[in-house]
Amino acid sequence: MPHDVEKHSHSLLPSDPELKVKALETALVKRGLIDPAALDEIIDTYQNKIGPKNGATIVAKALLDKNFKKDLLGDPMQILEKHGFLGRQGEHIKVVENTPEVHNIVVCTLCSCYPWPLLGIPPTWYKSDEYRSRVVREPRKCLLEFGVTLPKNTKVRVWDSTAEIRYMVLPILPDKYKGFDEEQLSEIISRDAMIGTALIGDQS
Amino acid sequence: MGGRYGDGAIQPASITDKTFKETWHARALAVTLATGSLRQWNLDMSRHARECLPPKDYCAFSYYDKWISALANLLVAKGVISPDEFLDPVQKMHPLSSRKLLAADVAGVLSKGAPTSRSVEGSPKFLLGQSVKTRRADNKFISGGHTRLPKYVERCEGKIEICHGAHVFPDTHAHGLGEQPEHLYTVSFLTSELWESPENPSDTLCVDIWESYMEPVNDP
Repeated sequence: MPHDVEKHSHSLLPSDPELKVKALETALVKRGLIDPAALDEIIDTYQNKIGPKNGATIVAKALLDKNFKKDLLGDPMQILEKHGFLGRQGEHIKVVENTPEVHNIVVCTLCSCYPWPLLGIPPTWYKSDEYRSRVVREPRKCLLEFGVTLPKNTKVRVWDSTAEIRYMVLPILPDKYKGFDEEQLSEIISRDAMIGTALIGDQS
Repeated sequence: MGGRYGDGAIQPASITDKTFKETWHARALAVTLATGSLRQWNLDMSRHARECLPPKDYCAFSYYDKWISALANLLVAKGVISPDEFLDPVQKMHPLSSRKLLAADVAGVLSKGAPTSRSVEGSPKFLLGQSVKTRRADNKFISGGHTRLPKYVERCEGKIEICHGAHVFPDTHAHGLGEQPEHLYTVSFLTSELWESPENPSDTLCVDIWESYMEPVNDP
């Protein structure tokens, strides 16, 4: 199915995307190919069950326990399996650690690859053309738009998820939060901090 | 689109943003995931279907509109339903309906995923720290076919950072030419190698690259 010879059947559907989805869903339900109850279940899973709380739980543990952190950076899959954080779009996960020397940021310039079992469905900005086109060329300028300024000597390392490996950032724990327990920490570790576009303690 | 100019400022999320901004976004995602259970295509084929949207539509459509439009094309291309049914749905059991994803099976399917790692004979061609150069970012098998080498790193020199073992090769898998697993590596590129005026020449970009996208470079 190369680009140029494909017929574009989608143009037969209504152009309003809301009606487009409805038309497709109706056609598939009538042929017995999808079950509306299964769709509800999928939506409920990503709306209410799988989200950045999962990632924050793991990150909080890693920030408090050196051995856990070592294992997480080495072979995260065993740890994630133990916590029940395996699944679609998270079959192969790699955790990358922020240090005073290197700040990591994750993107997918080809589509929107993202570690779903740890962070849920990606936010709109992660899927936007603006983020995907620019963060590989001008990551520091992009970080400013998120309100993040890095120390001058910190190098930026952008991870473009072009294969099935999904990346999550292990952020730095600022001194002011030292002494927090696991639960308190997991409250302040934001989704964006685990993508690399925020620091711990920043909102969002 | 990596490196493209003209896209404007990023709009970071607000704390009140919902997982799905619109109800139809959730529906689009769910319909796309559910139809995967019919096993008429693989993940690489569905990615390629999105890339195959006419460029004008690709630019104009919102994110989930791309998903749903590509899905419509895929359903027709694979002969699952006819385009007439989009506007005039037919109440008739489909031969594939026995594969329909049921609500009770959703949790199992979503938590299982579909790993792409494979075992292959032969050791990786490249070693950690080795210098490599990428080839042109085109599919070698199918003109205009799917590939995962981003344009902005084509014909650039980088360094092997991580060996991930062998993974299914999207360039063939997206076109029904088999999995043909190859070793996969994370390669780091200095931004000074990628951009004429990098923000900071010592920043790096890491990209996951299949073995056949690269050749070795002899260090001077």
